[in-house]
Parts: sequence; structure tokens; C-alpha cells
Amino acid sequence: MAYSEKVMDHFANPRNVGEMEDADGIGEVGNSKCGDIMKMYIKVRDDIITDVSFKTFGCGAAIATSSMATELVKGHSIKEALQLTNKAVMEALDGLPPVKVHCSVLAEQAIKAAVSDYYEKQGIDPKDIVGEIPEPIECHLED
Amino acid sequence: MDHRVYADNAATTKLSERALQAMMPCLTTIFGNASSIYTEGAASRKIIDKARETFAQCLGVKNPNEIYFLSGGSEADNFAIKGAAELMLKKGKKHIISTRFEHHAVLHTLEYLEKHGFEVTLLDVHENGIVRPEEFEAAIREDTGLATIMFANNEIGTIQPIKELASIAKKHGVLFHTDAVQAVGTIPVNIEDLGVDMLSLSAHKFHGPKGVGAIYIKKGIRLPNLIHGGAQERGYRAGTENIAGIAGAAEALKESCEVMQERNARLERLRDKLIDSLLKIERSRINGDRIHRLPGNVNMCFEGVEGEAMLLCLDLQGVAASSGSACTSGSLDPSHVLLAIGLPHEIAHGSVRLTFSTETTEEDIDHIISVLPPIIKRLRDMSPLWEKIVNG
Ligand SMILES: Cc1ncc(COP(=O)(O)O)c(C=O)c1O
Repeated sequence: MAYSEKVMDHFANPRNVGEMEDADGIGEVGNSKCGDIMKMYIKVRDDIITDVSFKTFGCGAAIATSSMATELVKGHSIKEALQLTNKAVMEALDGLPPVKVHCSVLAEQAIKAAVSDYYEKQGIDPKDIVGEIPEPIECHLED
Repeated sequence: MDHRVYADNAATTKLSERALQAMMPCLTTIFGNASSIYTEGAASRKIIDKARETFAQCLGVKNPNEIYFLSGGSEADNFAIKGAAELMLKKGKKHIISTRFEHHAVLHTLEYLEKHGFEVTLLDVHENGIVRPEEFEAAIREDTGLATIMFANNEIGTIQPIKELASIAKKHGVLFHTDAVQAVGTIPVNIEDLGVDMLSLSAHKFHGPKGVGAIYIKKGIRLPNLIHGGAQERGYRAGTENIAGIAGAAEALKESCEVMQERNARLERLRDKLIDSLLKIERSRINGDRIHRLPGNVNMCFEGVEGEAMLLCLDLQGVAASSGSACTSGSLDPSHVLLAIGLPHEIAHGSVRLTFSTETTEEDIDHIISVLPPIIKRLRDMSPLWEKIVNG
């Protein structure tokens, strides 16, 4: 298994990493038992994501996909951010090894979770706008 | 960074110069088929015979004919376990005892046998990663025919009380096999003193070539043939021998045994220096017993960070290491070994294994000591899990 240069670049020099003090929305997906947690922070003005940052516990792909996802939504409208797919994140990273595809799914979900949280804080029910955020597919532990 | 620190010697080791030199003639001038009676064949035969003697000598075996060459640890484990299982069938026995933290070459073979009607008990290895002989004895049943317990664990390096376990097995008429792949060439192994019936080993773990190993099968035990065909390896394993591989393996074993005492004293000191230094990192732990442990094995967990991320960072800093995190095991769960010693999943994900060899220098250890703590700090700084841990 080898990562692309882009993945390694985003892993070694992650963009937009760190906590955001005055975030308008915070989303967290994944769990420690499965080995990855992604937390996304967004700042929104006039439906535009003006700033975004992340914190991630996870493997190289988890960190790289988080970083790339923040890059892909920064400066874009919420509507555009909600259209971000895990595929787009993967393509932007020149691909991921098959066993790491779930990391890109988590990154997509983390963005959606942050937008949901933003709407909730605005007193708007996010369900119809963001939809359900499914449980990550990959980690199914017996105990 | 041009200087690389290779700290994954439990995965494989570099071929030694002496092993290479022993192999070279067999890749060039000595090419005869060892089964042929003419001079060229005899030259090859002589190399195999000598290699078998070397193995016997280094491993405390009087009769070299109890050593059989094959392709490595996985094959030896499969051969011993499936072969013994077939013998068990004839005696109407169907129970096998092993441990929860065996190598997959053993565990998956046992799973296969379970599908074919055998019953397997996997012994607990407790927090220290060591089997308790009294629990082994208690697990033995009327229909127990085989026990297979590894000599030293490949992840956490803990050394099992094989001599005691083998004598319990003998007392109850149970065949005893040990996967000694991590032990042979690394620590003293005297097979006859241990009293085991079968033992697996692999050359690439002690600076020999890959794809070569051996199995010790005590005289009097007649397993079914592994590969049917010619009479090589006394019929157990047909096929023209890998002469160069066998020659390299023997030379590597001889060299390992020569340097073992001095090397291990040095490695134990380096290992302890590294462990003591890394234990200063908050919320870190050493996995497996600190005393009954391979001289070159360090396996630690650092809470709040994920193993693969640590490995990638280490690689960027010139260090090759491994981890038992799910992401590196290629499966969804973290290492079964770390779970077997009772680590919760989230901690097991944050493991790193550093394993050393005769090539390891004090500078290598110092380099790891200087680069690893900042890597952990950096990853923790961006970890939401770490944030939760410190905030309670
Ligand atoms: C304990 C143990 N058993 C078996 C094996 C398999 O050995 P090989 O790679 O020679 O098949 C290994 C090495 O990976 C090992 O560490």
C-alpha cells in the first residue's frame, strides 16, 4: 500500500489544522474504537463558509482527507459544501488505496455534520437540508 | 534524510554479508541437482548436508536428520499443525490447545481445522503477554492431541515458558509444537533441552534469505508428507532443493549464534534505554512483560494518536517501524495480540513496534529518542481524541 504524493503532502503539511475558537458549526464523526475521529469547524457568513479547520485522530489517509476536504469547501457556499462527495475528495488527492476509501467518506460526513450543527445553532432543522448522516460503513466491531 | 534507521527487524532482517557469501557459489558454480549421483550433484548434496549439521549444532539437536528444510515459518507451522491433526484423527483425538496471540500462520491454520471438526482452545496470555503453565495443564482434555504455543511473540516480544509447557504436554501425552520463528537466531534455543516435539523457524528473521526455513520434527513422529513427489527432505517435501537459500540460512544461523551473547547484552541495554526514555511521555505504556522479552523488541502505545500516522511521520524522519493499528494490519481491528493482552481498541490503535538487530547502533536509538516525542506531540495537538483524554 502506498499513498500518492498528494496524500503525503496533505498528511505532512495539513491545511487548516487546529481548533477554531469562534466556530459557527462543529461536526464530529467516527469513533476512537474504529481508529478515526474527524472534527470539523466552520465559520459562516451569508451562507458562505468563510473559514474552516479540522482536528483528526486517525491514519495518514484520515488526516489527508480531512485536510483536502477543508480546502475544497473553504470560500464556497454551504450548498456547494453539501455537494462535496467522498469521490471528489479522493480524486483531489490522486486516489486512495481501497482500504482507505472510508476515510474520504468520513471527511464528507464531517463537513455535513458541521453544516448540520450550524443550522441547529441557527434554530433551523437541518434534516431536510443536510439529510441523514449515515454511520461510517467500515468499522463494525463485534463487542 | 539519507541515514535510515531500520527498526522493523521482527518483520524481516537484512541478509548478512556472510550469508550472501555462502549463497554466491550456489548461484553460480554449484548448480547440480542434489539428487544426482555425479560430482556436480554431490557438491550440492554436500552443501545441504552441511547446512543440516549446522542447524542441528546451533539448535542443540544431536541427529541432523530431525531438521527438514522448507520455505519458511508459515509453511513450517502449517505442516506441523495440519500434519499432527491428521495423526490425531487416527487416534480419535480432536482437541488442540494454542494461545490467543499466535501468528496468523498458526491461528488461521487452526481456524481451518475447526471447520473440519477439530476443537481448539486458545489460552489467555494475560496482561504481560505470557501463558500460565497451570492454565495450559487445566485446558488439557482426554482428547487433546496437540498443543502449539509460540516461543516468542512477534509483536510484543514476550518469551513463553516453553520448557515447562513442553514437559506438561509430555506428561499428558500431547504433541507439543512451538513456532520459534522470532526466537531462533535471536535468543538461545536448545531444542533437546526444551523437550519440544516440533519447532518452526524462518531464516529471514536472523539475517538469512527470505523464503527459507526449517522444521524440527523429533524422531519417532511421522507426519504425513507435505509435498508428494520426489524423495527430498526424506519424502516430507518433494522438490529440488533451494541450495543457495539453505546454505545462506545455515551461515546466517551460525553467525547469529556466534554473536548472540554480546549482541543481546548490547541490545537489551539499548532497548531499555529507549523504553525508559519513551515512558516519560505522558499516557504511554509498554506492551508485554519487560523482563521476559526479546532483547531487541520495544512495543509501546501512546494514547490519543493513531499508529499508522506515527509510522508515516517516523518514515519521513528516516525510521522504519511498524504498528498494530487497524490501519496497518490491513483489517478493521487493531492487532489481535494487543487485544489479547487486554488493551482497549482505542489504545491498541496507538501502538508502535520498534525491533532491532545486530545492525542497530546507539545513534539509531538516540535518533528515535529525538524524533518520536515531537511526532507524538504534533499528532496529539491535532487529535480530537487527545483533547477528550486530557479534558477528561
Ligand atoms: C511468529 C511468526 N511465525 C511465523 C511467521 C511466518 O514466517 P515466514 O514469513 O517465514 O513464512 C512469522 C513472520 O512473519 C512470525 O513472526
